[in-house]
Amino acid sequence: MTMQITKNDLVATTVDDDRSIDELYARRRVPLVEKHGARIRAFFAAIVPPMIVLAILLGLWQLLCLAPTSALPSPSRIWSEANDLILHPFFVAGPQDLGLGWRVLTSLQRVAIGFGLASVAGVLLGVVVGQSQWAMRGLDPLFQVLRTVPPLAWLPISLAAFRDSHPSAIFVIFITSIWPIVINTAVGVRNIPQDFRNVAAVLRLDHFEFFWKIMIPSAAPYIFTGLRIGVGLSWLAIVAAEMLTGGVGIGFFIWDAWNSSRLPDIFVALAYIGVTGFVLDRIVAAIGVLATRGAQAS
Amino acid sequence: MSYLRIDHVDKTFSNGARATKVLEAVDLSVEKGQYVSIIGHSGCGKSTLLNIVSGLVAASAGGIVLENRQVDTPGPDRAVVFQNHSLLPWLTVYDNVRLAVDKVFAGKKSRAERHDWTMRNLELVQMVAAKDRRPSEISGGMKQRVGIARALAMEPKVLLLDEPFGALDALTRAHLQDQVMALHRTLGNTVMMITHDVDEAVLLSDRIVMMTNGPRATIGETLDIALPRPRNRLELASDPVYLECRRRVLQFLYERHHYVEAA
Repeated sequence: MTMQITKNDLVATTVDDDRSIDELYARRRVPLVEKHGARIRAFFAAIVPPMIVLAILLGLWQLLCLAPTSALPSPSRIWSEANDLILHPFFVAGPQDLGLGWRVLTSLQRVAIGFGLASVAGVLLGVVVGQSQWAMRGLDPLFQVLRTVPPLAWLPISLAAFRDSHPSAIFVIFITSIWPIVINTAVGVRNIPQDFRNVAAVLRLDHFEFFWKIMIPSAAPYIFTGLRIGVGLSWLAIVAAEMLTGGVGIGFFIWDAWNSSRLPDIFVALAYIGVTGFVLDRIVAAIGVLATRGAQAS
Repeated sequence: MSYLRIDHVDKTFSNGARATKVLEAVDLSVEKGQYVSIIGHSGCGKSTLLNIVSGLVAASAGGIVLENRQVDTPGPDRAVVFQNHSLLPWLTVYDNVRLAVDKVFAGKKSRAERHDWTMRNLELVQMVAAKDRRPSEISGGMKQRVGIARALAMEPKVLLLDEPFGALDALTRAHLQDQVMALHRTLGNTVMMITHDVDEAVLLSDRIVMMTNGPRATIGETLDIALPRPRNRLELASDPVYLECRRRVLQFLYERHHYVEAA
């Protein structure tokens, strides 16, 4: 015969304790590994492989640039010559001697203005192109040509038009990042299911209500794809723009470091730019996931 | 003068130089409170006809008269329950109905009244419990019930049902048919339903309109269903009137106007 331990047996052994057995069970200590095991494993599965690859690449780099005559600095030389930039992102030692964190923030501010304007203008333009057959036929070929123009090519025109470096840099960001937003929004608007248009027609929604209640939510997944590509492009453009317009941005820092032969600084700045771009992309993607919850038709 | 009149409607779709006449001289009068089904084979233009009544598609000739006024644009007085429910996936069940209520009763009902009216219509289709769910989280039958609630909430003069049960399994369909019958009894709506299901047409309708095959489809025959209401599907299964009506529709569809596969 098998013994069965029931709740009552357990209660009987703890008579002097006034807490109920359920409470005791709930408060039993669960080892951390058991409680969060799956999450800990997932965390390490995501972190360990890139760390190993990074270590290998840094090792290779170190080996290749070991010779004292090598053209590029090795990781150890970068560390010894530029560790102030890595360790202190927010120092201020003079008007042109700032930590890279400040420089990234200055550049981000430019991107925020340029990309913000591009988002609003891009979505509105995309809606027009998506809604109107004529606007699409007329504008789409133009967009397809303009979107292939590299950011740097816009800069002389922009400098000539604005005669000032600050609005020129913003314009270059704007014009670089607007095309994927326009094109994706237009595709999203064209793909609004006829069913939703019929519902809007039966309800007699006006243009304004249709825009906010049907068009934007329905096209949101496409719009966010466009925004995500756009934010990446605008971050690409900032470096090009700042290299020539000067100022305290991260792009100008690279140009300045090149002119004064501080190669290790450039490598550190590259890492800053890469990480910032990655974070920007993830932020826009996360906003997209939040904003388009449930927007997929079923 | 009848309540809803489809007056000699023609519809021609043109694709470049090729024009296809889908509907020709469709003429029909519907009385207030009547439940009319339109039945025919796939591709006979019955959905086109419903879309013309709803105003979503313009007639090439002829027109629709509702309560002595010609209607040619879509509007909430002819609410449609779409075949694939057409709920907005980013809104909850409640918000889908509320969107319609807010639009139709803007300025006529207060905020609280609009909330009550939304809830009342969700109660009619027993969807109050799921009111905060999104369409992707509920079953096909439930979606269609919300679609019906949304249409009813507009207080339409005519309720247009476009194969409302077509995409549902047999048990859900039967359940929903009973619910629609009960709603029709309590609310007394004028209903126009598109279907290709003979049993459904006979069970629900006061009158069945049978369409000939397209192109140039038109009304072949109409049949009044003189069965008393409320109707019970189990009792009707052996009712001689029911069986005769069923036989007449089947005969029309399968002997005289059998389905021709498009070449």
